[in-house]
Amino acid sequence: MANYDFVVAVGGAPGQGIDTVGKSMSQICARHGLHVFTYSAYQSLIRGGHTFLTIRISSEPVANHGDKIDLVIALDRNSLEKHLPHVAPGGAIIYNSDDVKQAPEREDIQLCPISYKELSDNTDRKKLMLNICMFGVALNMVGGDLAVLEDIITLTFLKRKGQAITDANLAVARAGYNHAAAHFNPFEAQFTKQEPLAFVDGNSAMAMGGAAAGVKFYCAYPMSPSTGVLKWMADNARDLSIMVRQCEDEISVINMVIGAAHAGCRAMCATSGGGFALMTEAIGSAGMMEIPIVVINVQRGGPSTGLPTKTEQGDLWQLLGASQGDFPKIIVSPTSIMDGFDTIPELFNLVDKFQCPGMVLSDLTLSMGFTTFAPESVNWQPKIDRGELITGAAQTNGDYLRYQITDSGISPRAIPGTPGHVHVVATDDHDEDGGLISDEFTNPHKRRDIMDKRQRKMEGIAAQLPPPTLEGPEDAEITLIGWGSTHSVIGEAAQQLTEAGMPTNHIHFKWLYPIDEDAVNAVLDKAAHAVVVECNYTGQFARFLRGETGFKAAGHIRKYDGEPFMPHHIVEGAQELFGGKVGVYVPYQEIVV
Amino acid sequence: MARRERRTRVKERPVVGAPTARDFASGVSPDWCPGCGDFGVLSSLQNAYAKLGRGNHEHLTVSGIGCSSNLPGYVQTYGMHTLHGRALAVATGAKMANHEMNVVVTGGDGDGYGIGGNHFVHTMRKNVDLLYIVMNNQIYGLTVGQTSPTSLMGMKTYSTPFGNIEEPINPIALAIVAGATYVARGFSGNPRQLADLMYNGMQHKGFALIDVFSPCVTFNKDNTFDFFKPRVQELPEDHDVSDKGVALEQAVKWGDEIPIGLFYQDTERSSLEQMEPVLENGPMAHQPLGISKEQGEAIIRRLM
Repeated sequence: MANYDFVVAVGGAPGQGIDTVGKSMSQICARHGLHVFTYSAYQSLIRGGHTFLTIRISSEPVANHGDKIDLVIALDRNSLEKHLPHVAPGGAIIYNSDDVKQAPEREDIQLCPISYKELSDNTDRKKLMLNICMFGVALNMVGGDLAVLEDIITLTFLKRKGQAITDANLAVARAGYNHAAAHFNPFEAQFTKQEPLAFVDGNSAMAMGGAAAGVKFYCAYPMSPSTGVLKWMADNARDLSIMVRQCEDEISVINMVIGAAHAGCRAMCATSGGGFALMTEAIGSAGMMEIPIVVINVQRGGPSTGLPTKTEQGDLWQLLGASQGDFPKIIVSPTSIMDGFDTIPELFNLVDKFQCPGMVLSDLTLSMGFTTFAPESVNWQPKIDRGELITGAAQTNGDYLRYQITDSGISPRAIPGTPGHVHVVATDDHDEDGGLISDEFTNPHKRRDIMDKRQRKMEGIAAQLPPPTLEGPEDAEITLIGWGSTHSVIGEAAQQLTEAGMPTNHIHFKWLYPIDEDAVNAVLDKAAHAVVVECNYTGQFARFLRGETGFKAAGHIRKYDGEPFMPHHIVEGAQELFGGKVGVYVPYQEIVV
Repeated sequence: MARRERRTRVKERPVVGAPTARDFASGVSPDWCPGCGDFGVLSSLQNAYAKLGRGNHEHLTVSGIGCSSNLPGYVQTYGMHTLHGRALAVATGAKMANHEMNVVVTGGDGDGYGIGGNHFVHTMRKNVDLLYIVMNNQIYGLTVGQTSPTSLMGMKTYSTPFGNIEEPINPIALAIVAGATYVARGFSGNPRQLADLMYNGMQHKGFALIDVFSPCVTFNKDNTFDFFKPRVQELPEDHDVSDKGVALEQAVKWGDEIPIGLFYQDTERSSLEQMEPVLENGPMAHQPLGISKEQGEAIIRRLM
């Protein structure tokens, strides 16, 4: 059977229950065993404005929202007018004919008007359940199971809203489903039923990864699009015995994390670019005091308040340059939602071993997207390695040196409360004993020794980080290079290009810093005509790569309009840059919300 | 400034019997100017630690940046010399991670009331079980003499050569209204009373502030030991520390008579860690890491 690959999009005003439809649709797909990736183009408004949610449904695992839209659910007239042109030929659009005086004109798609007044027996004048009714229509057209929908509606409403509201929703859903059966043509490709899947958003996946890694202290200041991590942690704090705090600002957040980490907890926080900017001084202090922490930065469009609800990969240099001076640090950028789950425990083991700050670069696309996964594929008990940690009542003769100079640069770390290991950690530079050297008329030899010791850890880290992967045909004519959340969309573009007779492969980076120059160059040496694909204006990663490895990409595909890449954006860019051309290609975003 | 005589810590001695103030001396000579008010605060703190009777390793002394924030280096406890203004946030994290530790925060007026002002207000509001000792010298000393949040009106400093035109903060009144549950003022020239205030502040369950007049002998020629000695007065014996209104009346007094002692104490309100159910099984830092397979499966069920 050919792969099932179908995209439903829901347009409407915030407050019309788009998230309910999105969540329920994803849930139904997951129950059918179909994979889902969702992307919500929304605005920073509680009510008013316009939201457009794209749900890609596939029989194979999927991690980007694709190129085409097969079915649009238009909850208001605005959505009908706006998104009518976006429906792929052969697709369909569902709209409420009560709102529309003149039928829309498109002959290559199926127009599916419903009269909500009729379908709801005029019982819902505020159109509170229009979303559910249209959802019923859509589900019938794609061959979804009505019983599953009924189950999901009951699950969604019964506990929160009671029996009457649940029944009303069930009634309009059935009315919609039956109306579609009688009046509209079903899509040729229909839902299939496999083993059910679970589904999760990127922020929750990282929070779950934190819980599995043994995070015992989490704190945050609310900031879109990172707040989902706080929500998951707060919801699960008591069940999983995790301390969760909301702080007065991000400066407090990072400093609390440092305090908790020093006192022995695995401690984590998440923010977005602006909050991260407030944290930078303290990130350096974690480097200086050699305290292991994990900070997640969910990127949104910058600079400044920027685009609070839009995506970007624009904070790489902020993380690279966070805090003054040189100190060991690790930067990692998960390549998919479930990779975000795995990344957190991996990073905690590294920061515990090397006693330094670790930073996760996510972005809105990854963090607020939803994806499906096989329940049994989750490793709830990843390896936990806390490194050289002194916690017990190990006896010393009182001459413990917190910053003992070692070949690896790693000094055994005693947790406060441990007898016999009393010491001071300082943000001033210090000697092996923690004694301040900044005030000791700046002792240059001690300073050099302790800097060398700390920086030696970087060699150990770099040697342990896996180099980037090369995917696709070896004998490619063009090589796409990307990092972080764009793994799937670039991979799909490379595949499309290859199938179209332009052999293309793909080098993708997850571990960004530190770079093992030789190991990375060994991969980059295999690159054909190289094009770096990234979601920012200045080509932050391309510049970083050039600085670290001397590798200069010939072409660039850059997007900085706030919307994530669709595969065809990259395909068009690669076609433009094919044949050894150099330059920067900026794709055009057709779907404007 | 005086040169330090000794820069390395003495070996940590196992404490036998009841600890003494000497057991809490790190052996490192403070780099404070001779005659600095902070010496009296340091000796009071070492006495208070000793009186509490717990081992060196059971205390964590946290500071920010400034002359007075060098203090953790001079006491034989676990110490954190953190960023300027951030000591309370770090200390809150540490206390939440291991609430069995006695966590004491030390610093100056610029560190706590200026750059750290946001954390100051919110840590009091949260009633975190910390003792916060502010060595208030009403000047920025380490940067050689600029106006601070507690500098008096008219004071001439490097940054206010024509006199300060900004009203100073009243830390006592601010603490009482912000939600601190133990609010006291001490004087470095009265170390015995100061040690008692510290000891009681450590025993208090909740946020304890002790604002200490700790004169800067180098950069503040206005608020000297001679300025304070005739002015500081013990709060009246019948002062009701449980009465917020009365405490505020005393807190706003300034002039020829400046009250010192315990202004306000609320022994009823629970501290943050007492309110936190996840601490029922003991300190977070001692909890087993990770989650069980069953917990994981329960999470998955909610995602299906």
